Amino acid sequence: MNTDTPTLELKDITAGYGESEILHGINLKVKPGEIVAIIGPNGAGKSTAIKAILGLLNITKGSVLLDGNDITDTPPDRVVTKGISYVPQTHNVFVNLSVQENLEMGAWTRTDGIPERLDEMFTLFPDLREKRRQAAGSLSGGQRQMVAMAKALMVDAKVLLLDEPTAGLSPKYRGEIFSTIQDINSSGVPILIVEQNAKQALGCANRGYVLVEGTNRYEGTGKELLDDREVARMFLGGGE
Amino acid sequence: MWESFGFEFVNFYFIPGLVLGCIYALGAIGITLTFGILRFANFAHGEVMMTGAYVTWTIMAITGALFGWALHPLIAAIPSIFLMILVFFVVDRFFYKPFRKAPTIKVVMASFGMMLVIRSLVQILWGPNQITFVRGIAKPNGFIRELTGSLDMMILVPNKHFLIMAGTVVIVILLGYLLTSTRIGKAMRAVSDSPDLALVTGIDVEVVIRATWIVGGACAVAAGVFLAMDIQMLETTMGFRMLLPMFAAAILGGIGKPYGAVLGGLVIGLAEELSSYPWIGDSPLLSPGYKSGVAFSIMIVMLIVRPSGLFKGRTF
Repeated sequence: MNTDTPTLELKDITAGYGESEILHGINLKVKPGEIVAIIGPNGAGKSTAIKAILGLLNITKGSVLLDGNDITDTPPDRVVTKGISYVPQTHNVFVNLSVQENLEMGAWTRTDGIPERLDEMFTLFPDLREKRRQAAGSLSGGQRQMVAMAKALMVDAKVLLLDEPTAGLSPKYRGEIFSTIQDINSSGVPILIVEQNAKQALGCANRGYVLVEGTNRYEGTGKELLDDREVARMFLGGGE
Repeated sequence: MWESFGFEFVNFYFIPGLVLGCIYALGAIGITLTFGILRFANFAHGEVMMTGAYVTWTIMAITGALFGWALHPLIAAIPSIFLMILVFFVVDRFFYKPFRKAPTIKVVMASFGMMLVIRSLVQILWGPNQITFVRGIAKPNGFIRELTGSLDMMILVPNKHFLIMAGTVVIVILLGYLLTSTRIGKAMRAVSDSPDLALVTGIDVEVVIRATWIVGGACAVAAGVFLAMDIQMLETTMGFRMLLPMFAAAILGGIGKPYGAVLGGLVIGLAEELSSYPWIGDSPLLSPGYKSGVAFSIMIVMLIVRPSGLFKGRTF
C-alpha cells in the first residue's frame, strides 16, 4: 500500500438526514498513524461527518474512501467488517450485557483470536478486568466509555472513530480517556475524534479540522490551531 | 389444615394455575423477544401456537393411521416446530421484512393481517369445528399421589399437567443457556438492548432476527401443544384467546425480558385461576367467566403504574 494514501478520506461530502442537508462539501483526511480532531460549535456537523462515514446518512455528493477504496453508502454493519470501528457519543454500550459480553459483541465480525484480544483489552483497561462480569449499565460514565472503546477495539480496526468520548465526564476521567487514546494510537491505530473539549483534543491530535455550518473553516496541525487567534477566540473560550 | 383448605386449593386452583401459567409463559417468550428485537407486537403469535398444535395433531393422526399407534404429542411436536419455523421465515421474508424500516404500526398491521390469514387457512384445511386432540379422562399420576398421600398432603396431578410443567422447566433452562452462554443468544440480547448500537457494532441483525423466529416459534409450538394437551381439543380460536394474557405476561415481566415473560406468565396464570377461588364465603370470588378480565386488569394496572414491567424492560 502506498504510504501517501490516507487511511480514511472524505471527499467533498454533501449529506444530510432525508431532505435536510447538513454537510455542504466536507473534505477530511486521516493518514496512517495519525490522531485527527474535528472541532467546531454545536450544530456544525461534526458528529454528522462521522455518521456519513458509517453509512448512516443520505450522501448526495462526494465519496468516502478507506485505504483509497470507495466505501460510500456501504451499510453500517458492513462498514465495521471493512475495518472502521465507531464509538457513538451516547448509548455506546449494551447496558444489559456484562462488560465481557459487550467486548464479545464487539468481536462479532472476528473469527479467531478473541480470547487473546480480550486479554489485551483488559491489560489496556485494567479497571474492566475486575468488573468483567458486571452489567455495563451499572458502571460509571467514565468506565462505560472505556467499555465502549474496548468493544470497538475488539476488531482489527483500520481506523477508530470517536464521537465526543469525554462528553459529560469528570476531569479525572477526561484526562484518562485522552491518555488512553494516545496509547491506542501508539499501537498503530489511526483515530478520528470529534470533541467539544477542543483544547485537550487539539493537544493530543496531530492535525485538526474546524467545521462551521457544515463546511471546512480551518485546518492545520493541532499546535497551529491551538495557536491561531481566530480559532482560539471562537472555540477555545476567549483569545488567551 | 390440608383437608379443609390445602387439598382443594392446591389441586384445583394452584396447580391448574401453574399449568396455565406455563402455557402463557412459553407464548409470552416469543412475544417479548419479537417485541424487543423486531420492535413490534406480533398479533399472529397466537395463530402460530394454534397451527403448531394442528400440525402436531395431524402428525399424530397420520402415524396412528399408518402404524396403528399415534406418536406422543411431545414427539409429534418436534417436526411441527421445524415446519412452523419455516412458516415464520416465509412470513417474515414476504410480509414483515418489507416494513423493517417503516413506522412500527405498519408491521403491526401486517401481523394483524397474518393473524387472519393463518386462522382462515387453518379453517380451510382442517375445518372450523373442534377436533379432539387426545381422548380419555386424565387420571392423576399414581406415583405422585402415593408419595404425597403418605405425607398426608395428597397432590393429584394428571400426567398431562406434570408433562407440561416439566417441559416448561426444560425449555426455560435451555433458553437461559442459549441467551447467556451462546454467541447468538448474547447477540439477541444485544439487539434487544440497542438495535442502533448492534448495527454499528457490525452484528448481523438479520441473522439475529432469524434466531428470534426460531426460538419464538419453537416456544410457541410448545405452548400450543401444551394447551391442546391440557384442554384435549383443538379449535381455531385457541391461539387468539391466548393472545391477551400472553401480552399481559410480556408487559408484566418487562418487554424484551424473556425471564420476565416467564414470571409474568406464571403470575397471570395463577391470578386467573386463583381469582375464582372462594376466598370469601363459599362462592368463587370472581365468576370463572371473568378470568380473562383478570389478565386485562393486570396489564392495564402495570401499564399505568410501572410500564417498564417487573424486570425493567423497554417502554415505548
